[in-house]
Amino acid sequence: MAVSASALGVYKKLVHSPPQGSELSLDTTRTPTYCEICFWKCAGWVYKNEEGKIWKVIGNDEDQHSNGRFCPRGTGGPGMYYDEDRLKTPLIRTKERGRQVFREASWDEALDYIAEKMLGIAEEHGPECTALLTHGSGGTYFGDLLKAFGSGSIAAPSYAQCRGPREVAYQTTFGEGVGSPERIDIRDTKCLVLIGAHLGENMHNGQVQEMSDAIDKGASIITVDPRFSIAASKSKYWLPIKPATDLALLLSWIHVIIYEEWYDKAYVEKYTYGFEQLKAHVRNMTPEWAYGITTLEPDLIRKSAKEMADAAPAVIVNPGRHVTWYGDDTQRSRAMAMINALLGSWGNRGGFYNPERVNVPSWPHPPFPEPKKTWKDAYPDKYKLAFETLASGICDATIPAISEACNFKAWIVNGTNLFKTIPDAEKVKEAIQNLELLVVIDTMPMAITGWADVVLPECTYLERYDTIRDSPHRKPAIALRMPAAEPMYNTKPAYWMAKELANRMGLGEYFSWNNIEEMLDWQLKQLGTSLEEMQRIGVKTFERSYDDLYFQKGQEMEFYTNTGKIELYSTALAAEGFDPIPRYTAHEEPPPGYFRLNYGRAPSHTFGRTANNALLKDLMEENTAWINPKVASEWGIKNGQYIWLENQDGVRSSFPIQARVTERIRWDSVYMVHGFGHTNKSLSRAYGKGASDSELITKVLLDPIMGGTGMRGNFVTFKFESKEEEVES
Amino acid sequence: MRYAMAIDTKKCVGCSDCVVACQTENNVPIGYCRDWVVEVTDGTYPQLELENRSERCNQCNNSPCVRCCPTGASHYSDGGIVLVTPHKCIGCGACIASCPYDARYSHPEGYVDKCTFCIHRIKKGLEPACVAACPTKCMYFGDLDNPKSPVSEILKVRKYKTLIPEAGTDPQLYFLI
Repeated sequence: MAVSASALGVYKKLVHSPPQGSELSLDTTRTPTYCEICFWKCAGWVYKNEEGKIWKVIGNDEDQHSNGRFCPRGTGGPGMYYDEDRLKTPLIRTKERGRQVFREASWDEALDYIAEKMLGIAEEHGPECTALLTHGSGGTYFGDLLKAFGSGSIAAPSYAQCRGPREVAYQTTFGEGVGSPERIDIRDTKCLVLIGAHLGENMHNGQVQEMSDAIDKGASIITVDPRFSIAASKSKYWLPIKPATDLALLLSWIHVIIYEEWYDKAYVEKYTYGFEQLKAHVRNMTPEWAYGITTLEPDLIRKSAKEMADAAPAVIVNPGRHVTWYGDDTQRSRAMAMINALLGSWGNRGGFYNPERVNVPSWPHPPFPEPKKTWKDAYPDKYKLAFETLASGICDATIPAISEACNFKAWIVNGTNLFKTIPDAEKVKEAIQNLELLVVIDTMPMAITGWADVVLPECTYLERYDTIRDSPHRKPAIALRMPAAEPMYNTKPAYWMAKELANRMGLGEYFSWNNIEEMLDWQLKQLGTSLEEMQRIGVKTFERSYDDLYFQKGQEMEFYTNTGKIELYSTALAAEGFDPIPRYTAHEEPPPGYFRLNYGRAPSHTFGRTANNALLKDLMEENTAWINPKVASEWGIKNGQYIWLENQDGVRSSFPIQARVTERIRWDSVYMVHGFGHTNKSLSRAYGKGASDSELITKVLLDPIMGGTGMRGNFVTFKFESKEEEVES
Repeated sequence: MRYAMAIDTKKCVGCSDCVVACQTENNVPIGYCRDWVVEVTDGTYPQLELENRSERCNQCNNSPCVRCCPTGASHYSDGGIVLVTPHKCIGCGACIASCPYDARYSHPEGYVDKCTFCIHRIKKGLEPACVAACPTKCMYFGDLDNPKSPVSEILKVRKYKTLIPEAGTDPQLYFLI
């Protein structure tokens, strides 16, 4: 209770001393936050109305992530706060898993229950048999809890299910990952190449803003996508590629750039390793060769390559973010990285900059114990180049039949609805049935809560303090999130839950701060600011330590690779027995009557998190299945008609989806926005609206290099009735 | 003084941030909106064109909604902004029928509501909420009588169009093409 009382104290203080700023005249108070609706974490201000209720969220002008402008999801943040379907009190399961049958519990009862179970599991199996699956700011505190407990298995699905292959590709090429926000200098680029990335629909706020700035400055965009995306519509060249053939296009671009001698000779000579091997490797990979695979006209391949070369080094072959597609994703990302190397864009203005971050010191605590085993022990000969924990790896290792080496007995799941974030829901369910304890922390009753033994309701980001945001950027900066209001219902912040659990598990010394304000103030003072200052300014930007945003001309560079060079030929991949230079392999094609299932984002929603947000539901209530008119005509499908999708394994969507008959999609694929078709009736606005791509992704194409779960090898066909009805008839 | 807005269709990505920003700023009830996003596709695969634009009341110089309002609730305010005085509005809906842009809606509290160019913000020297929020900075606002205003400056250098000019309403929403 002390925590919430002090939060209120801060609110009152701000009422008495209103902040300075252009919107002061609107006669309201504002508190700083950074957004939690997506991972971009834009910093902004929460404004309250005259009644003191949360009114709106606006970007903080000082913030490099948002530049004072939020995206629709961030602007719609109050919808998350006011959602009456929120989790309201701790819940303990009363019947078997998979159903929402709980009894309400007090915090003491719920936390005692968890602590007792965790200690029992540690005694019987060892603390290393517990894992954290997290996607949210509060994960830091639960991560510290598990580390203190003796577990090293802490995973975010954003690695193996999303950006992991890209990180490994850049690590093996340039010796460094791309990070988040991505270190791409769109603001000053002359040519932006998007491969399957759909900026504008994918609202990576800073990137979308910079793309718009670049358009203003006359930059050209090249988009490779089987779908005429918003970005494609703003492109000088749109390459309507046959799905799953991107690597052939990339290799032919490399061929053209090398054999037309359009590459940056001085850069390649000075900084790279393996150019001659690469040159020999792509000798026959002409645009004409690629044409037969990609269906892209050779002339279009040459012209687009020339466009990039003319812009070099101010050119970006965008590494993308969600890159787990076909199982050879590290290699595809490598090919993209290599074009950036050949054109000298890594380290140059308009290409890739060198980001810098603030190192926020941790509150002093005893050293974390060394875990006896980690998830890696379950895969002794696999995924050696995975530098982060695989969420899917933990999931698989929980099933005793798959791994004996490191079985997991307890999961703490924070802010991630695993049925929509890890493919193959049946396998996820099987893993859960092998657990002795599943704790789910969320703000909303997502489907995963129906499988939990204990559900802990977190208050929304608008009602809590959190870790200091320290993401890297052009300039190092920090941002503060503080409560704009008292937590509604019987909800609590993650830091409070973690500390209370630590106390009950005998780990209190790792959380020795009295309250969060004390810890944050101590951390901020080490950085030369204070909690009081950050409450007033929200964002603090520091000067860079060195003038090294870009390489200096002719600068000697040592890259963090085995050779110290940018590796066009990867010695690390060769050492592990993988192709040191990417090789094109054909992927399975849809059988007759089936279409490749592609999925993506809408600007108004994040993953499956926002479907129940009243403000965002108003913008997009359900997803649609994009179908080419020729295909629709053959199948007799009308625009707006509800149909069911069924995949190659006979899995039919739980709910019908509206057909969107549109020229914007190729005839060989179907596209849908991810994150719909929620199955939990407690989500009153989202339940049954649209279809879930995740449930149709039952075939997973594993990336052997780092364990990424490729999800674009699934094919769907159209059905005109639900499975139940079919059975009845 | 003549307030106007220009929207750059080359930059707009159709994200609808303008819609949410308006909704929260003006407490527009859920299920209604004062502004909205239009997406127009033309052509056949792969020869395609697409236009995104954020639309709202065109704040016409010759507004049929003002002309047909039986009570005088719809009226011209500062800088040509068309406003509705809620307590004078009887909710007859004549203005809704007369608007070629379908820019008005019946508020559940019984009056007709529409975009005000955020006149409460303009008076304080702020931009309309949609303009201030837009991540692509595709919206330009200001006084056409002031040659230095953002909207005057952009209309000097870019090609533009208005919507349904044949309706003769002299709309003040310009779309950069």
